[in-house]
Amino acid sequence: MQFVSKPRPDAKTLAPVISLFVLIMGTSLVTPGFLDISIVDGHIYGSLVDIVHRATPMLLVAVGMAIVIGTKGIDLSVGSIIAISGAVTAVLTVNTEWLPFVVMGCALLAGMACGLWNGLLVTVFGIQPIVATLILMVAGRGIAQMITGGQIVTFHSEFFNAIGNGFFAGLPLRVVLAIVIVVATALVLRKTALGLFFESVGANAESSRLMGIDSRMLILIAYVFSGFCSAMAGIILAADIRGADANNAGLWLELDAILAVVIAGASLSGGRIYLGLTVIGALIIQTLTTAILTSGLPAQYNLIVKASIVLLVLLIQSSRTRDFVKSRLMLARRSSHVE
Amino acid sequence: MTDQNNPPLLSIEGVHKSFPGVRALDNVSLTLNAGEIHALLGENGAGKSTLIKVLTGIYVKDSGSLVMDGKPVHIHDSLDAQKHGIRTVYQEINLIPTMTVAENLTLLDQPKRMGLISWRSAESRAREMLRRVGLDIDLRSQLDSHSVAIQQMVAIARALGSKARILILDEPTASLDSQEIARLFELMRQLKSEGMGIIFVTHFLDQVYDISDTISVLRNGCHVGTFKTEALSRSDLVSHMLGKDLDTLHHEQSDSSLEHGNRQRILSLKQVGRRNMLNPLDLDLHQGEVVGLAGLLGSGRTEVCQLAFGAKRPDQGRKSWLGTEVSINTPKQAIAQGMAYCPEDRKHHGIVAELSVRENLILALQSARGWWSPMPMSEQKAIVDEFIQRLNIKTPHMEKPIGELSGGNQQKVILARWLITQPKLLILDEPTRGIDVGAHHEIIQIIKDLCGEGMSLLVASSEVEEIVAFAHRVAVMRDRTKVAEVSGDRISQKSIIQAIAQ
Repeated sequence: MQFVSKPRPDAKTLAPVISLFVLIMGTSLVTPGFLDISIVDGHIYGSLVDIVHRATPMLLVAVGMAIVIGTKGIDLSVGSIIAISGAVTAVLTVNTEWLPFVVMGCALLAGMACGLWNGLLVTVFGIQPIVATLILMVAGRGIAQMITGGQIVTFHSEFFNAIGNGFFAGLPLRVVLAIVIVVATALVLRKTALGLFFESVGANAESSRLMGIDSRMLILIAYVFSGFCSAMAGIILAADIRGADANNAGLWLELDAILAVVIAGASLSGGRIYLGLTVIGALIIQTLTTAILTSGLPAQYNLIVKASIVLLVLLIQSSRTRDFVKSRLMLARRSSHVE
Repeated sequence: MTDQNNPPLLSIEGVHKSFPGVRALDNVSLTLNAGEIHALLGENGAGKSTLIKVLTGIYVKDSGSLVMDGKPVHIHDSLDAQKHGIRTVYQEINLIPTMTVAENLTLLDQPKRMGLISWRSAESRAREMLRRVGLDIDLRSQLDSHSVAIQQMVAIARALGSKARILILDEPTASLDSQEIARLFELMRQLKSEGMGIIFVTHFLDQVYDISDTISVLRNGCHVGTFKTEALSRSDLVSHMLGKDLDTLHHEQSDSSLEHGNRQRILSLKQVGRRNMLNPLDLDLHQGEVVGLAGLLGSGRTEVCQLAFGAKRPDQGRKSWLGTEVSINTPKQAIAQGMAYCPEDRKHHGIVAELSVRENLILALQSARGWWSPMPMSEQKAIVDEFIQRLNIKTPHMEKPIGELSGGNQQKVILARWLITQPKLLILDEPTRGIDVGAHHEIIQIIKDLCGEGMSLLVASSEVEEIVAFAHRVAVMRDRTKVAEVSGDRISQKSIIQAIAQ
C-alpha cells in the first residue's frame, strides 16, 4: 500500500510574505500615516501605493532575472539594458515623428536584442553567464552614451508621461503595466510546460537534453525575456524623468533584482522559479528603501540599515537558522519542564 | 566470541537509531576483530549507511554502546571518530578534484614552519602516505587527471593517515573495473595483515566471497546475523538479505530460443561509430527482443548506447528505423522515432534532482508533447499514481524531490519516465547499478515484462549473470569493438566470458 499525500506548504515559502508584513507593520510604527490610503480625483494615493509605484522598474527586472536564474544563469547587464532602452526611447521621441507605440516597440526590441546577444554568448559560445553578461554590463552603458551623444536627452510626450506617472482605473498606469506583465508571465510559465522546462534545464541541463528538451533555445528565450523586462523598466524610468540619463539610469539595479530573487528563496544554482515570491522580494526591498527615507534616519545610515534588514530576511529564510532556533526552543522548553 | 585477554577491536552493542517515522537501526550488535575484513550487507534502506554514520559520528545513536578494546567509547562527531582511529572512504570520493594529489593528502593537516605551509615536508608526507597504499604517481599532478580507481586509492591513503585502526569502505568498488578491484583487494589484504579491522560495504556478492572473512547482514534496520564467509552459501546469503528463497529469483534462464526471422526489425545500425569512441559496428534490434551488451568497463558498452540514441553524434555509419533509413543524431530525433534511453550515470544524466518525483516522471512525455501542450494536472497525477503503484516506487508523496529517494527508486522513476512515452525501443545502460538486490530483481522482472509486451530492449550491463537471465542475443564488446554475437541456447556466462577474454 502506498502512502501518497500532499506535502505541507513549507515555512520557506511563507518567510518572505511574513517578512514583508512585519516590515510594513514595523515601518507604520516608526512613521505615522504610513498605512494611510486616500483617493483624490479618483486616483489612489499613499505611502504604500508610492512603494509599489517606485518598485515597478526593479520588480520587472527581477521577474526576468528570476527566470534567468532559474536556468542556472544570471544577468548582470540589466542596468545597461535599462540605459539603452531609455536612450532609444528619448532619442527616437526627440528626433522622429514616429508614433509613441512604435518608439516603445523599438526600445523593447533593442532590449530583446541585448538579451539575444547575452543568450548567444551563453549558449553558442559557452561563456559562463556571469562573464557573458558582464561584457554587456560594461559595454551597454557605452552604447547608451553613444545613442544619446553623451548628453542627458529630455523629451516631451503625452504617451510617455502617462506611462511614467499616469493613472489607469484609479491605479498608477505603470503598476497596471507591471501587473499585466507579471500575470502574463506566470500564466505562460505555469499554464504551459515552459516553467517546468526552464527549471529542468536549470537543475540538470544534460538530463534535459537527453529527454529531448532544447536547452539552448530555452536559455536563449530566458535572456531575451530578461532583456524585454529590463527594456520595459528602462522605458518606465525614462518616462518618469522625461529624459534619458545613460550614465545613471538603472545603475546598481541588477543587485537589487538579484537580491529580490534570492529573498524569494531561489538558489543561484538554478532549478526553481518563484515568480510570486520574487514580486514579494522586490516589494520588501522597495519598502525598505522608502521606509528608511521617510523615517528621518540620517542619510549616512541608509545603506547599513538596508543591508542589515536584508541580511535578517535572508537569515529567516535559511533553513539552518530555523533548525537552530527550533532546537534552542525545544531545549528551553525541556529545561523549563525539569524545573 | 573472543576471550577476555584479547577483546575485539570494536563491538557494537544493541545500537538503536530512529528518525521521524522510521526505525533505522533496531538493536544492532556487531563485533569487528583486528585483522578482519567484515562485509556488511543489506538492501538499500537496510541500515548500512546509518550504522556507518553512527560509527563515524555523523549521527548520534539513540541507545546502545560502542566498545573499543574493551573500553566504552563515545562518538559524538567526526572528530571523535578520527580520534579513535575510525576512518571512512565513501563511494563518492570526497576529495577536491582541482587540487593536486599532495594538496588533497595533506589538506586537513598541513605541516607548518613558522606559521607557513612547508610544501617540502607536505610532499614527503604525502609520498609516505601513497607508499602505504602502493601508489606511485606524481604528487603535483591534479587529482582529476587520474582515473577514478587512482582517486579512490588516494582517498584511502588519506583516510589511513596516521593511527587508523578501523577502515570503513562504503561501496569502494562501484566505479572500478576488475583490474582496479584486484588492486584494491591486494591493498585490503595487506592492511588486514597489519592488523587493521576493515568494514566493507558492497553490492557485489562475488567480491564479498573473494575478500571477506565475516559477513553481517542487516535487513530493515535489524541485524539478521553474522556468519563466517566460508560457511555461508550464496543462496543462503541472498535469502538472508531478501528474506525469501533465492530459488525463485535466480538461475531462471530466459526463453532465449526467440525466432526473429519473421519479427519486425526496429533499429539497425550499419557501421555506426565515432572516432576515439567506438569502432564501427553492425547491430540489429527486433521487436520483442532483448539484446544484451556485455564487456568490461571501457569496452564500448556505454558508447554503443550513446551512439544508438544520438546522445553522442556518430561520425560514420547509417541507421534505419523500421526498415527505412533515417537520421538519428540527437536525442530529440531518437525520441521522435520512439526510442528511450536510461543512461548509466543516473545522478548526472538521469534524474533532475531538484524537481519532484511527479515532474521527473512526466518530463520526457511533456517534452515530446512540446511546451505549448501541457499535460493537465489531473492526468499527470493519475499517470504518476499508476506508475508509483505499478513499479512499486517507494516515496511518501509524489511532490518529494527525486534527489531524496534511494537509488533503486530513482531508477524506477526514470524507467517510468520513459515507459509513459510508450517507446518501441528502450535502451538501458547499467539499469541495476548501485541499487539493492530487491529493486534489482524488480527491475529485471520489469525488463522481461516489457519484452513480453513486444518492446525491443538494448541493455548494457557489467553483470554477465544478469545478461544471461534476460537476453535473447548478446553483443560482446572489447576494446571499443564488437567482438562477438552470441544468441539462443549458446548464451551462458561461460560463453560470454570466453568471448570477452579471448
